[in-house]
Amino acid sequence: MQVNEKFVPTIVAFCCNWCSYAGADLSGTNRLQYPANVKIIRVPCSCRVNPMFILRAFQRGADGVIICGCHPGDCHYTTGNYYARRRMTMLFSMLDFMGIERKRTRLEWVSAAEGAKFAATMNSFVEEITSLGPNRRLEDLRCKK
Amino acid sequence: MQEVMKKRAIELLESGEVARVIGWKKGEFAYDATPAIFETADEIEKDFVYDDFTAANVSKYLLKVKTLDGKTLVFLKPCDTYSLNQLTAEKRVDREKIYVIGVGCEGKADVEKIKARGISGIVGIEADGDNYTVKTVYGDETVAKADVMADRCITCKSKKLAAYDEIIGEDGEEIANSGRFDLVEKLEQMTSEERFEFWQGELSRCIRCNACRNVCPACTCEQCVFDNPASGVAQKAAADSFEEKLFHIIRAYHVAGRCTDCGECSRVCPEHIPLHLLNRKFIKDMDELYGEYQAGEDEDVKHPLISFTYDDAEPSIVRERGME
Amino acid sequence: MKYIAKTNLEQFFEAASKKLNVYVPVDTDGTNSAYKKWKSGTKVSEKLHTTRSAKDFFFPQTENLVEFKMTDRKIEIIDPRRETEDFAIFGVRACDVRSFSILDKVFLAEPVDTYYKNRREHGVIISMACRRPEETCFCKAFGIDASAPEGDVVFTEADGGYFIEAKTEKGSAFVDSLGDIFEDRDSTPAEAAQAKTKEIIDLLPLSNIDTAKFGGGKTEEFWNDKNWASLSEACIACGTCTFVCPTCQCYDIKDFDTGHGVVRFRTWDSCMYSDFTKMAHGNNRLTQKERFRQRFMHKLVYFPENNNGEFGCVGCGRCLASCPISMNIVKVMKTLGEEE
Repeated sequence: MQVNEKFVPTIVAFCCNWCSYAGADLSGTNRLQYPANVKIIRVPCSCRVNPMFILRAFQRGADGVIICGCHPGDCHYTTGNYYARRRMTMLFSMLDFMGIERKRTRLEWVSAAEGAKFAATMNSFVEEITSLGPNRRLEDLRCKK
Repeated sequence: MQEVMKKRAIELLESGEVARVIGWKKGEFAYDATPAIFETADEIEKDFVYDDFTAANVSKYLLKVKTLDGKTLVFLKPCDTYSLNQLTAEKRVDREKIYVIGVGCEGKADVEKIKARGISGIVGIEADGDNYTVKTVYGDETVAKADVMADRCITCKSKKLAAYDEIIGEDGEEIANSGRFDLVEKLEQMTSEERFEFWQGELSRCIRCNACRNVCPACTCEQCVFDNPASGVAQKAAADSFEEKLFHIIRAYHVAGRCTDCGECSRVCPEHIPLHLLNRKFIKDMDELYGEYQAGEDEDVKHPLISFTYDDAEPSIVRERGME
Repeated sequence: MKYIAKTNLEQFFEAASKKLNVYVPVDTDGTNSAYKKWKSGTKVSEKLHTTRSAKDFFFPQTENLVEFKMTDRKIEIIDPRRETEDFAIFGVRACDVRSFSILDKVFLAEPVDTYYKNRREHGVIISMACRRPEETCFCKAFGIDASAPEGDVVFTEADGGYFIEAKTEKGSAFVDSLGDIFEDRDSTPAEAAQAKTKEIIDLLPLSNIDTAKFGGGKTEEFWNDKNWASLSEACIACGTCTFVCPTCQCYDIKDFDTGHGVVRFRTWDSCMYSDFTKMAHGNNRLTQKERFRQRFMHKLVYFPENNNGEFGCVGCGRCLASCPISMNIVKVMKTLGEEE
């Protein structure tokens, strides 16, 4: 084990299949860099993300969780992201209420054409979480190595 | 009041209009009535009780009788009628098969508050004007009703009966400035660190007995995700403090928009964790962001989390309004 | 008899804390109290009971039994057991002290539960005679004398202080190890206090509840009792009664996948839950009536049947105080066997 290693956060990104996942793909084909510690989980729609997914991501070692979906109005299923918007607002607010750092969660709209936005978003999120430090308030000690 | 209720229940039962009556049954002491289903006039005559200590919200028992033949008479306090409307809206009960007698309510007493004053060995409690005379094996004590009123009743949102077929007692009004969000606001004004400490302290006492969940009239899943060994999150106890938070966030979230703020979750918590604050936080947020909404006020309104508008706030509002 | 003034109690804790960890009941709010480790300035609760029972010290709500660690293709098996440090629990009431001997019958019978035994051997029980029993108390019905508890060391409050008696070898050794902090006094005030408590116990509404109709061999008599249906109809199937109970001892063993290994842990279980003792073929108690019946039959019939007539209840009254719908063992005992 290396000592004094710089903190490298684990980021989980839930990306909707139709826009944001394609956006991530595009940023790859455009050779735009974003950190390898962003783990993408593809979901059919941003509204597929159950609050439990986010909590469990934190339990299993995530230091930040971001949800990416189609821009409002562009949802493949017409309205999914509108529901996701309300749900995530409520969840983020509750986490904040319980004293979990509000910067650990984020939602961004990234279209299939926005490879650059995807990379920029991930870069800024990773930077933010790195400065925030490891997730301590919503961790499960049993899952620590 | 109790005698009027008994008389009316027996009348309806004997006329055949209803097949059973849901109410409260006398306990061992003066304060421990149990919700019960009465089927005969004799049972009602002997055991039916309604007083300041019959605090349980009995609306959830309507799920239990919904497959039975005949109508069920249920006595509901104002807050319980909101629960009924919500259950009706979710098609969990058949309103046609329920006969509701709304009973006016001036607030319930909390025996824990009597005990917290050091009064023990209670063998009888008598209402006496603005006071209770508490008989104990250590002598009689007098406490003011106002001092031992349940917290949820002090911040009562509405004394209006939201659903009824007839009324016994007096229907009341909605209370505009109930102050029910005061504690939520107080917490919001703390720093993130302080809030974390607060909830860590409260939730660490949780014994995961599930009383808050099981008593909740909005928690009506056939099988809870936390009881399902195949769900991956089933837990019988919080083996890590993460699991306490997981359970309580999800519990409150799952009833968000459907929670009528009846306060049963906090009433039944053996560790007195202020669980209703989690629910109220959701209610407050929804009121502020999506417009005032009271679950259970009407039978058929879409609650804020199953609807949307095109110009809803973005989740980033949580960051923006923060102060840190 | 040994005696220490109330004002000197701090000295006692200080001396004891030098030898071992001392846990004392501390108020957590108006009606709740819980055991906390004593440190200078800790105020001992005056309440009759802690909300949770003292069984947690020997049988914690969750505990890791074994861990498996995976590295490459190797599995390492880790035994997390460590020799427990000595500890003392202060202020245990007579009912809770008796509950330990009930738990012993389960965990110390063959095959011995070594996790439990380890803690049991290292724990000193300092009991406290009751002075103000409450209406929910019915320990007398189970032959427990709240004014004269069992335990390693017994404290009896009287005469502005506590009279102290060591009842076991472990207790004597503990008391002797504390040195010269006690004075010797005539035990008459302690006896007077006991007599007074006994008088109060006789006044309590549930003290004389009839236990004679229950016991081993009564399974058939009560199994089909018509009253189970009405008794259980209001039960909301939470686990409050079982989790605050000092004698409930059912547990489940579960695996938790940590992502890099497996933790096999024990966790309290409750017969009130729908997945209690669920097996491959499904559940053998399909309705709440059956689960409810299991709890009370266990305490009042099955347990005495297997343990020379000793009941699986100590009458502490916690379930009476905590049940969300105020259904409890007393109501069950009074109702069973009655005409419907």
